[in-house]
Amino acid sequence: MLIKLLNTLLMVVVALSITGVINRTRALLAGRRGTRFLQHIYNVRLLLRKGSVYSTTTTALFRIAPCVYLGAALMAFLFIPIANLEPLLSFHGDIILVAYLLAFSRLALILAAMDTGSSFEGMGAAREALYGALVEPALMIGLATLALFCGDSSFAEIFSEGQVLDVNLTIVLLLVAYIFVIIMFIEGGRVPVDDPKTHLELTMIHEVMCLDYSGIDLAMIQMAGWLKNAIFAIIAANAVSAVFCFHWGFAAPLAILGAGISVGVVESLRARNKLSRNITYILTLSALSALVLLVGFLLMQDIQI
Amino acid sequence: MEMFYVTNNTASAVAIADIPVVDYVALYNDLKERMNDPRYHVGHYFATEVENGLRFYMILLDDQTGEVLITSFVPDYYAEGLASLTAVHQQFHPFEREIFELYGVPFDNHPWLKPLRFSHDRRDKTSTMDSYPFYVIEGEELHEVNVGPIHAGIIEPGAFRFICDGEQVLHLEIALGYQHRGVESEMIRNGNRLRQTLIAESIAGDTAVGHTTAYAELVEKLAGKDIGDDLKRERLVAIELERIAMHLADTGALATDIGFQLYQVACEALRTVTINTTQAWCGNRFGKSLIRPLGSNFPLTEAKIETIRTNMADVRRRYNEVREDILEAQTLLARFEQCGLVSKDEMQRIGGVGQVARASGLKRDLRATHPSGFYAEEFSHEPILRTDGDVMSRLATRMDEVLQSIDYIHQVLANYKPSTTIEAPDYDASLMPEALSFSLVEGWRGEICHVALTDKEGAIAKYKVKDPSVHNWLGLAIAVRSEGISDFPINNKSFNLSYCGHDL
Repeated sequence: MLIKLLNTLLMVVVALSITGVINRTRALLAGRRGTRFLQHIYNVRLLLRKGSVYSTTTTALFRIAPCVYLGAALMAFLFIPIANLEPLLSFHGDIILVAYLLAFSRLALILAAMDTGSSFEGMGAAREALYGALVEPALMIGLATLALFCGDSSFAEIFSEGQVLDVNLTIVLLLVAYIFVIIMFIEGGRVPVDDPKTHLELTMIHEVMCLDYSGIDLAMIQMAGWLKNAIFAIIAANAVSAVFCFHWGFAAPLAILGAGISVGVVESLRARNKLSRNITYILTLSALSALVLLVGFLLMQDIQI
Repeated sequence: MEMFYVTNNTASAVAIADIPVVDYVALYNDLKERMNDPRYHVGHYFATEVENGLRFYMILLDDQTGEVLITSFVPDYYAEGLASLTAVHQQFHPFEREIFELYGVPFDNHPWLKPLRFSHDRRDKTSTMDSYPFYVIEGEELHEVNVGPIHAGIIEPGAFRFICDGEQVLHLEIALGYQHRGVESEMIRNGNRLRQTLIAESIAGDTAVGHTTAYAELVEKLAGKDIGDDLKRERLVAIELERIAMHLADTGALATDIGFQLYQVACEALRTVTINTTQAWCGNRFGKSLIRPLGSNFPLTEAKIETIRTNMADVRRRYNEVREDILEAQTLLARFEQCGLVSKDEMQRIGGVGQVARASGLKRDLRATHPSGFYAEEFSHEPILRTDGDVMSRLATRMDEVLQSIDYIHQVLANYKPSTTIEAPDYDASLMPEALSFSLVEGWRGEICHVALTDKEGAIAKYKVKDPSVHNWLGLAIAVRSEGISDFPINNKSFNLSYCGHDL
């Protein structure tokens, strides 16, 4: 039980820290001092103290959506272990549940965005639905690859100490980690797919869906974003640590630094994709994950290529 | 009788009596043919109230000879209407729309006779922004997206109505007028020329030097005085500094809009150096108070010349590195190349001016074709042209013009010693009575044209302002056609047009 609590606590630390590392990396690369490391948390605390304003065109759906969004993300969050620790919740086949909880949270936000009747938000919802559908194969195949190696379909079993991995699988695991980092970019609405810093509604994807939210609702959406980032960052970090050092003391800092620095560096040193290019970008990721699954499978069968 | 009074941009003001009054039908037929030649474009076209009706003035620019053609006509009060020139040459559209809005003159067959800026003295007070007749396309598959009038970055207001098929823009209509302050009527409220100068500085905050130079040159032509080479030289430095600062800002802003932090911060830093140089010169970062009619309050001193030269050398070195990096940044090129195309023919058709016209291969640059001030002295300017007409061309012309402008500053300040001939500004010089005076200045955005008419006492009785944005807004609407709607912001930024300069 203590291990489970430690796991959850560490997960929360990871979730809270990644945004701080991103902001710090961006600031350093821009030659600025940057805000405090915990500034994003103070911002959310401020939002939590504020009331919400609702447009008269919206219905109850709009008000429920942030709770659903955060609730689903939190639920998924509790299934993830950090390396050799155990998650709070676990059962056979929970990877499917996690994938669908994430999809469900997305659905809630899409419906809420359409509920506002704003042409901006409708556009954002359409984009989110498209990219969400496209990224799902990458996510599922990536999870399937992990499941393949240990013949189990729960996160707790996949990342458990008893697993001895063939050295041949190193490259496959590193590629899986790469895939999950990119999925984090996409799900987290970061460059090159989206740009969380932009003020231009016409170019937004995730941000534009939240335009009508304020106060506590906005805070919930932002917190859910942290949780989602943490989920993908930790899966990626677990895959890497399975190769090098399967211990939470290695995986947790790796998740924070790896995710934070990679997002910060990418956002500083490249431009966003043209929106229509995102489709190819995400499909390429799905293709890569299919390829990784195939290679992993062949290696598992000891088939020499 | 001659159709036009022919003059140029360095001659003094024109007596109104010398401007021919022609028959509109004859003028229409002449222009119908004449404007097919790309060397001509309309500089200004407006109407003013005279006894028993309206007198229309038109100023045409001939890019080949540097001539300025002025004509006027007085239609019969009871005439049915005027045949629309816009119907044959679309570059007349903002001018005819303005005349229609102010005086209710119906232009027959005008394809787009909509209000221009909802000025307070418009003829039809029932025409308001809320009743602006937006273009509509019917269709189940299409949807409208309205952006504005409040800008996401709260810069200036303007309403953008997109008609989209999914992500693709079929049509964009831009409705402006939210910024109208009554500049033209304020300019003639009283004869206080210091007040007029300050208003000219505020026509467009980002073109303070450009518009004030236009005002000053106009007054100097009316006063019939030559201001001397030294002051002309210092004005050239001022206007090029403004050009450098704004092009730097736009380079950075374009990087911001594609989420490219590195070039954003690099350009912001360089812009700060540049506007701080202007501040060191005159106390204001945007060059307000720097340009005054018939003199200057801030003649360059030895120390200021040195500051400008060192800072500009530094900016040039650092910006050139950024520029070379940008030209090789693949993710940036993937966004900017082949995006927002406006062909040369299209630019020509809508009467595009300035740096965006040059990015489409249209050689419109008053510094070369209609030079005034120091540009008209022993100075030769070769406009920077690009032919692609996409966002990248507009960025590339900006980047090259920065380097060119810095070189010009070094060129005119080389061996320059602080002047002893620059006088204090003169706000009371007597002006030529019953005259028309115009000024044409190449601001950083393009062609600025101010026109004034004086009365019997030599007081300015009519003042007309034209910011280059008036021509170029339509270019933006054309650029985004068939582009993805998410590429609108980078197109908008690559044009970077003025709302208040248009709305006055």
